[in-house]
Amino acid sequence: MNWQRAAIATAAAVPLVALFAYGMTRDPREIPSPLPGRAAPDFALEVIRAGDEPSTGGLQPGDTLRSSELRGQVVVLNFWASWCLACRDEHEVLSAAARTYADRGVRFAGVLYNDRPAAGLEWIAQMGGQSYPAVLDPRSRTAIDFGLYGVPETFIIGPDGVVAYKHIGPVTTPVLTDQIERILPPIAAAP
Amino acid sequence: MRVAWWVVVGFLGFSVGEIPYSGPLLHAQIAATTDSALEARVRAVASELRCPVCQGESIQDSPATLAQEMRTVVREQLAAGRTPEEVKKYFSDKYGEWILLRPRPRGWNMIVYVLPVVALLLGALVVMRVTRRWARPEESGSVSAQHVDTTTPS
Amino acid sequence: MTRILGSSAVMVAFATAMLGMVLAVAGTRLRRPELVRGAYAAVYVNFGLLAVASLAMVWALVTHDFSVSYVAQVGSRATPTFYTVISLWGALEGSILFWGLVLSGFSAVAVWLGTHAREDRRGDGADVHRLMPYAAAILLGIGAFFYLLLVLPANPFLPVSPVPADGPGPNPLLQNHILMAVHPPLLYLGYVGMSVPFAFAMGALLSGAPGGTWIRLTRRWTMAAWMFLTAAIIAGMWWSYEVLGWGGYWAWDPVENASFLPWLTATAFLHSAMVEERRGMLRVWNLSLITSTFALTILGTFLTRSGILSSVHAFAEGEIGYWFLGFIALVLIFSLSLVAGRSDQLHTAGRLDAVASRETAFLLNNLLFTVFTFTVLLGTLFPLVAEAVRGVKVSVGEPFFNSMTLPICMALLFLMGVGPALPWRVASRDALRREVALPAALAVVVGIATAVLFGGGVYAVVTFTFGTFALAVNVRQFTSGAKARMRAHGEAAPVALVRLVGGNRRRYGGYLAHIGAITVAVAVAASSAYKGETEATLRRGETMSLRGHTIRLDDLWGRQEPQRFVLGATVTVLRDGAPAGEMDPRLNFYTTSEQPITTPAVRSRPSGDLYLNLMAVERDGSSATIRMIVEPLVPWIWAGGYLIVLGALISMWPARRREAAPATVFAPAPPLVPGSAAARPLAIADPDTRGART
Repeated sequence: MNWQRAAIATAAAVPLVALFAYGMTRDPREIPSPLPGRAAPDFALEVIRAGDEPSTGGLQPGDTLRSSELRGQVVVLNFWASWCLACRDEHEVLSAAARTYADRGVRFAGVLYNDRPAAGLEWIAQMGGQSYPAVLDPRSRTAIDFGLYGVPETFIIGPDGVVAYKHIGPVTTPVLTDQIERILPPIAAAP
Repeated sequence: MRVAWWVVVGFLGFSVGEIPYSGPLLHAQIAATTDSALEARVRAVASELRCPVCQGESIQDSPATLAQEMRTVVREQLAAGRTPEEVKKYFSDKYGEWILLRPRPRGWNMIVYVLPVVALLLGALVVMRVTRRWARPEESGSVSAQHVDTTTPS
Repeated sequence: MTRILGSSAVMVAFATAMLGMVLAVAGTRLRRPELVRGAYAAVYVNFGLLAVASLAMVWALVTHDFSVSYVAQVGSRATPTFYTVISLWGALEGSILFWGLVLSGFSAVAVWLGTHAREDRRGDGADVHRLMPYAAAILLGIGAFFYLLLVLPANPFLPVSPVPADGPGPNPLLQNHILMAVHPPLLYLGYVGMSVPFAFAMGALLSGAPGGTWIRLTRRWTMAAWMFLTAAIIAGMWWSYEVLGWGGYWAWDPVENASFLPWLTATAFLHSAMVEERRGMLRVWNLSLITSTFALTILGTFLTRSGILSSVHAFAEGEIGYWFLGFIALVLIFSLSLVAGRSDQLHTAGRLDAVASRETAFLLNNLLFTVFTFTVLLGTLFPLVAEAVRGVKVSVGEPFFNSMTLPICMALLFLMGVGPALPWRVASRDALRREVALPAALAVVVGIATAVLFGGGVYAVVTFTFGTFALAVNVRQFTSGAKARMRAHGEAAPVALVRLVGGNRRRYGGYLAHIGAITVAVAVAASSAYKGETEATLRRGETMSLRGHTIRLDDLWGRQEPQRFVLGATVTVLRDGAPAGEMDPRLNFYTTSEQPITTPAVRSRPSGDLYLNLMAVERDGSSATIRMIVEPLVPWIWAGGYLIVLGALISMWPARRREAAPATVFAPAPPLVPGSAAARPLAIADPDTRGART
């Protein structure tokens, strides 16, 4: 047995095994988005359902939600669908946050992705309403513009029109609050 | 009509939430153009882009609705005069390098293009040297003559 | 009850395997043959235990015994019994159980054949008996790993409480096509089969008897496993084509690559093994190839079961990935250090009589297969490398693999024509010219005709050219041999052909496998270069056309089945306006699947396929979007696959007794002039003449 050669040959296997070990720590499904830090794509989306809270934008069905009109405000854009199970988990979180932040000028909108408008409306009714407006993205163009991998995904856009944060999967209150507070001008909340 | 009735009944059988996927039932407006040269270019670009909602398939191959829409985007952009490179850049700006099924040949990515060529050249060199040495005429004779040869094509 | 029977069977199997391993090594070291016999008994017992465990699982599945965890995971009362039975390998735990069954079965056969080896005149028997205990120990060691998986991280016999009334059923993709009953078992037979040559190789190294014995034992086992793997890959392509709905059969998906990588190294080995058998050269190289092949099968299993690469076919991920990682590390350390550490003693003199010889063709073949393997492995793992080095996720997909590997495929195709035309040792210029002149001329004609008539790009033209050349060379081996027999013995053509092949199965089996591979290559080239596709939304009664095929949408229908809802279109194929056949592409909705599973309709003719996929249906049933694909020569891919398998079978078939040992070991050297060999095709090569024959 030539132990020196044996050792060299064994050493050759180390990088390969190390690479696999590293791979075990990564999730191939978790793909970082290049959007945060870049200007958000423009959009113009038809409203199908007004928000239950009038203060969340006041848009009525048939109106158009335009990115150009949202400059200077923090925007939370949530992509969802009636067939999406994870969207149920985050729905109340979003509705509550939209109510909380309405008077601080944060605008929420739910973009219906790859679904029939009727199914979307029925779903909202089942979920007990939605504080913010629901809008349509008929041919997924806005979804593609935002580099959507699936639903739910949530984008937070700063007052400068730059994407500040992207969340994949159901969003939680702490994450949402942290990310909004991070870019919201620090005004003391009204009593 | 009887058939339509069956279809409707079928759908009623699956209330919302049971068929979580409703995509293919929605869009049927596939723009079928007659411009075959454009279609060929669309196919070429679409087969280099990875479908985000599938696993490893290109948007050309995938039947998913999003992939179909993305193909339409490719077609529109090419028809509007953008080059294939510009279209690919549009998608990689949105989705990241991940969406390109052929890694961009620059920087560290060159590893994946260069190493196989290096391996081929090195291997060819070894095979050449080995065959030449083994074919040296003065050593021709009985095969069973054992001699320790430190180089093997390994 | 079933649960306890199954889980105790695998537990005992693990203990038996560990014990057997110790017995084998101790028995050899202490020269106590009765201990070694105990180890062999352990191998047989394990096969029995795994058979019991597998039958228990099948019983639990069929009787819907949801108190067994695996049944609760993949079973469903709505699933047809047939798919219930084959869901044995439909999910992680079951697939490991099936793996264990196949491994224990192969081990038992390998040990039985090895210990009952005939003592022949070369004294092989003695070598075999020295090597077998170690080979058995290796097989038991591999077995112990898999049985341990079944006891701990992948235990399919865990209790479920409370017992559910029904289960979700198997993955819809697995219960949607009959090929799911064929492809996975073949794949396991191929994958697991590679353990046996590996065990022989390691056994030879450990026992210090790597002489000529190991290569003879290994070659046939590798051939068998390779045959199963080839069949599995082709069946997998067929399954993709029939189910996934995009009209393709190979997507360079990580899991497909995982099955392809060991195939590449095994193919290289089947060729270079001939050089070692004949000339005693390349021993270290061959050992490395066998080791790589086995390591790649474990790597493939790791990739599919750890979830480290995203893939269509990936199993659910989990803790089991770490087990496989540990096992890969163990296998690599053990085998690499053994091969490298023993390499001094293994070196044999290389000797070539001429550069222009079949030996050189085999060296080039190995070079190309090795680079091919390296390229595919690098591309498959590159997303991990890029993430580690750059922190960026990249994809490596079909366009990359096609552009990198097609040139290698072309070179291999060419070599498949050159190799058989070159004789062993020395090729005389005249003989070579006689062999290749006609095929080359034919190839040029076909190449030019392809370019002028069809176009289709460089690769298509080159594939047709080289394919014609290689096909002609390989077919000529049969025709000229048979002709010579007809002249010499006055036999009728079919008789001459059968006797020719029968007299030298290994050689002609090999040529037949070549013909199959060439068929596959040409059909793949034609179906991708000349593929036509279009998509349109049709109302009922409307038609669409592509490349002279016209179809009419007649009907849309829906049907509720126990486990799924099926939505279909009835389409009539029109020829000259008259109906010529019906096709029914379908969409299947399973409650457990987000996406519908497609069932494309395929109309196969020798000239190619018409392939329809239902893409979308308007909700009111008024119209449907159909993708229509015309793919020339696709059926020939499957036909080529059958030919390869047939070639491998002919090659492996045991020779008749009277020519038994030598003929299987030393195939008569293909002579310089094809006619002269054919004149004495039954000649038995005496091993002692191998240095002298020119």
